[in-house]
Amino acid sequence: MAVKQPELVDKDYRYGFHDQTASYAFKARKGIDHDIVEQISVMKNEPLWMREFRHKSLDIFFAKQMPPWANLDLLGEIHFDDIYYYMRASDVEGKTWEEVPEDIKRTFDRLGIPEAERKFLGGVTAQYDSEVVYHSIRKDLEDQGVFFSDMDTGLREHEDIVREHFATVIPPADNKFSALNSAVWSGGSFIWVPPGVHISVPLQAYFRINAESMGQFERTLIIAEPGSFVHYIEGCTAPTYSSNSLHSAVVELIAKEGAHIRYTTIQNWYKNIFNLVTKRAIAQKNAHVEWVDGNIGSKLTMKYPSVYLMGEGAKGEVLSIAYAANGQHQDAGSKMVHAAPNTTSIITSKSVSKGGGRTTYRGLVKVYEGCDGVKSNVRCDALLMDAESRSDTYPTMEIDAKDVRIEHEATVSKVGEEQLFYVMSRGLTEVEATTMIVNGFFEPFVKELPMEYAVELNRLIALEMEGSVG
Amino acid sequence: MADLILELKDVHVSVGETEIIRGIDLTIERGTVHALMGPNGSGKSSLSLALMGHPKYRVTRGEARFEGRNILEMSPNERSLAGMFLCFQYPSAVPGVSVANFMRNTLMARHKGAAPLTPAKFKSLLDDATKRLKMDPAVLGRYVNDGFSGGEKKRLEMMQMLVLKPTLAILDETDSGLDIDALKVIAAGIEAYRSPEHAVLLITHYQRILNYVKPDVVHVLVKGQIVQEGGFELAERLESGGYDPFTKDLVEA
Repeated sequence: MAVKQPELVDKDYRYGFHDQTASYAFKARKGIDHDIVEQISVMKNEPLWMREFRHKSLDIFFAKQMPPWANLDLLGEIHFDDIYYYMRASDVEGKTWEEVPEDIKRTFDRLGIPEAERKFLGGVTAQYDSEVVYHSIRKDLEDQGVFFSDMDTGLREHEDIVREHFATVIPPADNKFSALNSAVWSGGSFIWVPPGVHISVPLQAYFRINAESMGQFERTLIIAEPGSFVHYIEGCTAPTYSSNSLHSAVVELIAKEGAHIRYTTIQNWYKNIFNLVTKRAIAQKNAHVEWVDGNIGSKLTMKYPSVYLMGEGAKGEVLSIAYAANGQHQDAGSKMVHAAPNTTSIITSKSVSKGGGRTTYRGLVKVYEGCDGVKSNVRCDALLMDAESRSDTYPTMEIDAKDVRIEHEATVSKVGEEQLFYVMSRGLTEVEATTMIVNGFFEPFVKELPMEYAVELNRLIALEMEGSVG
Repeated sequence: MADLILELKDVHVSVGETEIIRGIDLTIERGTVHALMGPNGSGKSSLSLALMGHPKYRVTRGEARFEGRNILEMSPNERSLAGMFLCFQYPSAVPGVSVANFMRNTLMARHKGAAPLTPAKFKSLLDDATKRLKMDPAVLGRYVNDGFSGGEKKRLEMMQMLVLKPTLAILDETDSGLDIDALKVIAAGIEAYRSPEHAVLLITHYQRILNYVKPDVVHVLVKGQIVQEGGFELAERLESGGYDPFTKDLVEA
């Protein structure tokens, strides 16, 4: 019997359409070696230091093992020789949507990106497979000296800033997938906010994988100079193919003295995507970094947004939700590293598993010796929708200072028969009642989102609940 | 012919293997208030949960009709939309869902296909109910029953009843654990709900609330069976003599 994707899943995922790839401007052959890396770098006309960085990173990738604690059964399904590492659909990057090729424009129209841009965004990049196909920034932000572009443009136009900060937060050798990204990265966002500039509207990047068996390796670097503020939002979707694709990003944030970065992710990849992402921030004196991280899609996500609190008074926060349905494993969490006194961290993680889905919380709070006055609060709540689903929690604490306040609380609960009956007794169907309970569980996350995203997330959860109740 | 809201014939209810209700006949007419009284463990709450369709409280024998419809074939939400309502003795919390949002959803479930409820109408419905029950309007922004005191939970149950205006309200010990002022507020709520169109099944251990809400009929439930029926005077007798005489009768019988 032929193996087929379950129909139900396809029907519920409204982003599952795709464009033809025959007309692509450039497609590297499948597989990964130094020739491919050379080809990417030459095509991008990169400076020599970056080319060497890529080659070194590839050697590290070859040498590194998969993390032994990971879900190796699922990771074993990735065939690195069967992936396209670079594909460019178009040779132009549009500054207006009219300049974007018609079928790609239609794709982003269907995803609602131009509409969101008009309504409430300060700037947008839209990445389609390996390259950014559209980019815009509001004129007033440009006038204030804000740089917001794709990473390749950032490297071309601001090489000094990029070279000073690139890979300083996440070195290639951090893990196998950060090494792979460092070797073949393409696209992603580069943001530099001048001292004291507050960007009041969010900047958004949208990542779309279109081609089958594609690897998307965007690279994002956000630098907030002293006293500045930026809110960056990213969203992601992919077509429903039966073969797996790989998304492996590296995101580095640098919040300098008194700066504030908020980074929001709504990850809704299709359930054939391996989403293996390294995200880390450095928070200097009195800086504040927030990761607001929502994981709804993908086959396997491994993502642990981290904050290294390097200066006194720095604050790191992670607020994350994960939803895992049948065939999905959301392995997520956070790391907070307190390397200065009087630093604060808060981790709030909420996960829902349903229909045999699996969620894992993996977290680390580390306090270095002499870092007195540290406060950390970790809270993980897991909600199981049925007996087949699974949730595991692996919190690690390494505390080497004396005068610290560390709180940790973890709960696992089931959607109770009593709770469900109570809501149903007020006239809601089982699906409506379950949706309400799950949305309520996610509410602390949802209320941190801009309204448009909150509405979309609630709608996604309603769709997921319809999928398998009853 | 009498306008029957609820008709129970030889209803038996089991939880697991244990039979809790052992054959009950009960009819409630439109416009009446029935009190169902009984000692702890007599099966009062089990009966109310079974009537609302709780999956653990299975009706194993007998018939149960609401306005002529067989409710045993209906899910809890269908019973609710048909016009039945249960004031829970121990209502569940729904964290993350505000009272206002919860009420909007319950009302929307009733407006499917009908004219949508305007925000102004919605607001006035909720404001009227909270005012009548002397509730802090801030309750609308709090999460349903999350961190509520016992008294606050009872009031929220009553508030839902006043907003949803069911045909039959089953009040499961809504009077228990309340001080006299709170009891008066709850009684006033029941009186406000009481009308020739509605019916009430008031389940209680104590006669106290019946001083404020006069029942038309009183039933005494002991060990899963109705052992006595009468008017208000029966409740008064229970107040002075307790349930012991009835328990004895049953043992001797």
